[in-house]
Amino acid sequence: MGRYVIRRLLQMIPVFFGATLLIFLMVNVMGDPIQGLCGQRQCDPATAARLRQEFGLDKPVWQQYLTYMGNVFTGDFGTAFNGQPVTELMADAFPVTLRLTLVAIFFEIVIGITLGVLTGLRRGRPVDTSVLLLTLVVISVPTFVTGLLLQFLLGVEWGIIKPAVSPAATLDELIVPGLVLASVSLAYVTRLTRTAIAENARADYVRTARAKGLPRRRIVTRHLLRNSLIPVVTFIGADIGALMGGAIVTERIFNIHGVGYQLYQGIVRQNTQTVVGFVTILVLIFLIANLLVDLLYAVLDPRIRYA
Amino acid sequence: MPEPLPDFEAGQAIAPTGAGGGTDLALTEAETLEGRPAPGPLGSGPGEKPRSLWSDAWRDLRRNPVFVVSGLIILFLVVISIWPSLIASGNPLQCDLAKAQEGSQPGHPFGFNGQGCDVYTRTVYGARASVTVGVCATLGVALLGSFLGGLAGFFGGTGDAVLSRVTDIFFGIPVLLGGLVLLSVVTSTTVWPVIGFMVLLGWPQISRIARGSVITVKQNDYVHAARALGASNTRMLLRHIAPNAVAPVIVVATIALGTYISLEATLSYLGVGLKPPTVSWGIDISAASPYIRNAPHMLLWPAGALAITVLAFIMLGDAVRDALDPKLR
Amino acid sequence: MRRTPYLRWAAPLLALALAATGCGGGAGTTQGVVSASWGDPPNPLEPANTNDVQGGKVLDMIFRGLKRYDPRTGAAQDMLAERIETTDSTTFAITVKDGWTFSNGEKVTARSFVDAWNYGADVRNNQRNAYFFGYIQGYADVHPDTGEPKATTLSGLKITGERTFSVTLSQKFSTWPDTLGYAAFAPLPRAFFDDHAAWLEKPVGNGPYTVHSYARGSAMSLRTRDDYPGPDKARNSGVDLIVYTDNNTAYTSLLSGNLDLVDDVPAAQLKNVRKDLDGRYINTPAGIIQTLAFPYYDPAWNTPGGAKLRTGISRAIDREQITRTIFRSTRTPAKDWTSPVLGTDGGFSPTLCGDACVYDPAAARRLVDEGGGIPGGRMTISYNADTGSHKEWVDAVCNSVNNALGRDSACVGNPVGTFADFRNQITQSRMDGPFRAGWQMDYPLIQNFLQPLYYTNASSNDGKWSDPGFDRLVDRANAESDQPTAVRLFQQAEEVVRDQMAAIPLWYQNGSAGYSARVGNVALNPFSVPVYNEITVG
Repeated sequence: MGRYVIRRLLQMIPVFFGATLLIFLMVNVMGDPIQGLCGQRQCDPATAARLRQEFGLDKPVWQQYLTYMGNVFTGDFGTAFNGQPVTELMADAFPVTLRLTLVAIFFEIVIGITLGVLTGLRRGRPVDTSVLLLTLVVISVPTFVTGLLLQFLLGVEWGIIKPAVSPAATLDELIVPGLVLASVSLAYVTRLTRTAIAENARADYVRTARAKGLPRRRIVTRHLLRNSLIPVVTFIGADIGALMGGAIVTERIFNIHGVGYQLYQGIVRQNTQTVVGFVTILVLIFLIANLLVDLLYAVLDPRIRYA
Repeated sequence: MPEPLPDFEAGQAIAPTGAGGGTDLALTEAETLEGRPAPGPLGSGPGEKPRSLWSDAWRDLRRNPVFVVSGLIILFLVVISIWPSLIASGNPLQCDLAKAQEGSQPGHPFGFNGQGCDVYTRTVYGARASVTVGVCATLGVALLGSFLGGLAGFFGGTGDAVLSRVTDIFFGIPVLLGGLVLLSVVTSTTVWPVIGFMVLLGWPQISRIARGSVITVKQNDYVHAARALGASNTRMLLRHIAPNAVAPVIVVATIALGTYISLEATLSYLGVGLKPPTVSWGIDISAASPYIRNAPHMLLWPAGALAITVLAFIMLGDAVRDALDPKLR
Repeated sequence: MRRTPYLRWAAPLLALALAATGCGGGAGTTQGVVSASWGDPPNPLEPANTNDVQGGKVLDMIFRGLKRYDPRTGAAQDMLAERIETTDSTTFAITVKDGWTFSNGEKVTARSFVDAWNYGADVRNNQRNAYFFGYIQGYADVHPDTGEPKATTLSGLKITGERTFSVTLSQKFSTWPDTLGYAAFAPLPRAFFDDHAAWLEKPVGNGPYTVHSYARGSAMSLRTRDDYPGPDKARNSGVDLIVYTDNNTAYTSLLSGNLDLVDDVPAAQLKNVRKDLDGRYINTPAGIIQTLAFPYYDPAWNTPGGAKLRTGISRAIDREQITRTIFRSTRTPAKDWTSPVLGTDGGFSPTLCGDACVYDPAAARRLVDEGGGIPGGRMTISYNADTGSHKEWVDAVCNSVNNALGRDSACVGNPVGTFADFRNQITQSRMDGPFRAGWQMDYPLIQNFLQPLYYTNASSNDGKWSDPGFDRLVDRANAESDQPTAVRLFQQAEEVVRDQMAAIPLWYQNGSAGYSARVGNVALNPFSVPVYNEITVG
């Protein structure tokens, strides 16, 4: 187990450098950001040259990357064009997105798994068919359309929620945005659970348990659910990283000042330091979440042992 | 155990990337296909003509109403993508600002959009871009992904290790972020940059599935037998492994097709999707989204067309998966 | 058993959660405080470093300069200036009014201005608006185009007393004092220089508001200064600026009662805005003009028949229809290259463009043909797609051109992903067709609408247009000390712009704002910025 974890951690090193390099190069392809800072005017050449120097843009790309990575290891993620340290931006943005992600995961687990179990146990019945159809519809409509519709209906027409989230972004304000963010994944969790439950419901051990005369509730929670949850847990774990990085659309619609918003701003302003900094953290979260999921595997399924 | 779970990496193949955090998540369900022996081309009974997985699947599909309905919708979409003028006589680029935002009227059943273009004509013509993006991106992703993943799974070793890390890198980068960065510098007005981007960021998903699938198939007896008989690597890959390992790839690819169409719309919403004069649902949905209060018809028709198309492809994928997954029979 | 245990607790939980959100509706607003939409300023909030409207809003609240542009007429009026005297239009003697203080108690003196201007001009401080000090003698020494600066202070600035200083310009500029209302000329307290980082965290100025808290990138709280010595004391107890990424969301927030003021009502919402807001909507002319610029560095667009071709394109654009339908009359078809906020005395002319700006498809076709046709038979209009919802009007302009010329893709919009990339393509002369050019005045002078945009090699002459006749007229106008004569000379220069159709004027942009029932007396100044200090609450 220990050796396995160490091996996985070692594997993260090249992935970490590869991902940061890739995103660094991608943002560089976008070109020189300085002209964007001077409004509708041409920057005067002296100021432009100074600004380039200030942000290290006067050096070759490989040197910029090495300098940047060197700084990252000392905890310095650079500064945004408005003079704010990127670490400060992160300190503001990550807690907000983390809350949003937690709300989304909560919905995935509660609604997704519940519906999945419900339909899995009633395969082919009307309730199964209608939930299945509903999940398909949720998957088919792009998230931004779902988000705009909910914002319009709940926020403006019926006045149930605030259409925009305040800068404080408290949990209660994040319920609807979290639901929107979770919607597609939620549909997948439902379908995944349904498939797994339906498969396992015909397994020998369930038949044995039933033959033993165990109450149905116990069969479902102790035997069926535990074994059916493995693919679901994998999915949700891997989803954490994706939700945090994929919130660009949801955060834009509901005016949430989180990671997606900062990334969007960083890209629009072509600020390499912001974008690379945030993506670096996202990649780390993604890798660690994956590792944790793999370890959770072993807990859920005792047959799996990591050497 | 030296190799506790050969498809362990593939077990992580859940590649949740994309719009709002889950465009491509459909792929996960196909995961249930992995890690179990792929059905081999074994005869099913004495005296009977050996029935392959494929003929079984086809027989199942023909009798599945979901497949028939989604197949018909897709056939219709393909036809109007090629010959939109069959059902729409107007010109999608001809717009009269005087009619902007007007609702349904004779000859213009869906009304007009913010530029005074006929929404019906644009919705019909928009199918071409969406279907092209979906089909081409899926083909590209499937070919590149299964080629790389298949080779990695078959040969293993250093190449496999490198590929696994590379896929990790691509998974770590949010798809929309990559789209915003890469597509914002594109000046071409064709569909190809968008397709290229989807292939670039989408192949690792298929590659993982293909890799896992090939590793499973590789351990089957008939492959060992072929090797013992001295079959070359190429022959083994093409004749014995590929046909049996391809099922999960097909399932995932069909479901992914719908998500690529949806992704195109999201990219347009963020301002980096297709560009005019290309007519696409994504462009129209994104242009109409601020009008949701004042002229919802401008949004609902193209969004509805998009949803039905995505739905059709996902249902098709579902049906194909049910047919190819013997365990669910 | 018909339900799983999970559903049993999940359903009430969800209901509870949804009910918790129902407490919206006006929550979070403080007594007497206006909550207003804002955008994240791209640059640090220093006076000489801010060149965007969003940063300008804040500077307008926390700073007062020597002059201030009247919120209604736009005329430059003395604010901190007691006297500005000159005999030769080159040397100006300035006296600062007594009794002004910064919000930290420090007195505003001549030194507060001189230090601030020296800081703004010094190339080492990377100030984006340094060129505003370019008219002052010694600018080339503190801000050389290349190499290290030879001086740290402008030789043209001399402190002559506690409240007096003199400014020497490097050329005659009779209306120079009128430019002093621009934010870059604001005074700065010592705290700005002594602890710069702390100042940036929480800027300190001499205006009617102080910064209460500033969460960069998301919100800023400003509170009214009780000890503000100026005549324009705020009539509310503060303003909370909240960053919105999408102005549609801001408008939605206004509708649902969670925001008091949106100063940029999106075009898509204008159709029902009066009904939505029950008349709480204003639409005021602002000193902003939208034009289409041409790449004169591209030989295809710099032909002998070019003026005819460009005039033809201008006449193919149905400005009336587009401003009415797309912008719901929040923009007015352009009739010259300046802005109505200047007034006819200031140089605005409703007849200067004449027929060249009137829609006439037949004339357009004829002129385009005579001008040699659109290069390559197809042109693109480039714009940046990330901000400002330009797509709608660019598409409408192209449709209008296509309809007039009778071809369905003679003109196509070309979105450029980011503003920075758009500006790069312009400054590196990589455009191959017309592109969006907007101009928001820095100060209400006709000079500001012409010289920066059309003078040879001027900083915003994006198309690199050049005409010696135009340049000569502008030089003469600048040296002229008689205002009406100067304006006439500028208008003659503008006629050169018209005859060459150097850029196609599209429309004058109005400022538009919607507000909640909580607030009143909302107005926009000619820079389309809300006059925050006059807003009343309750």
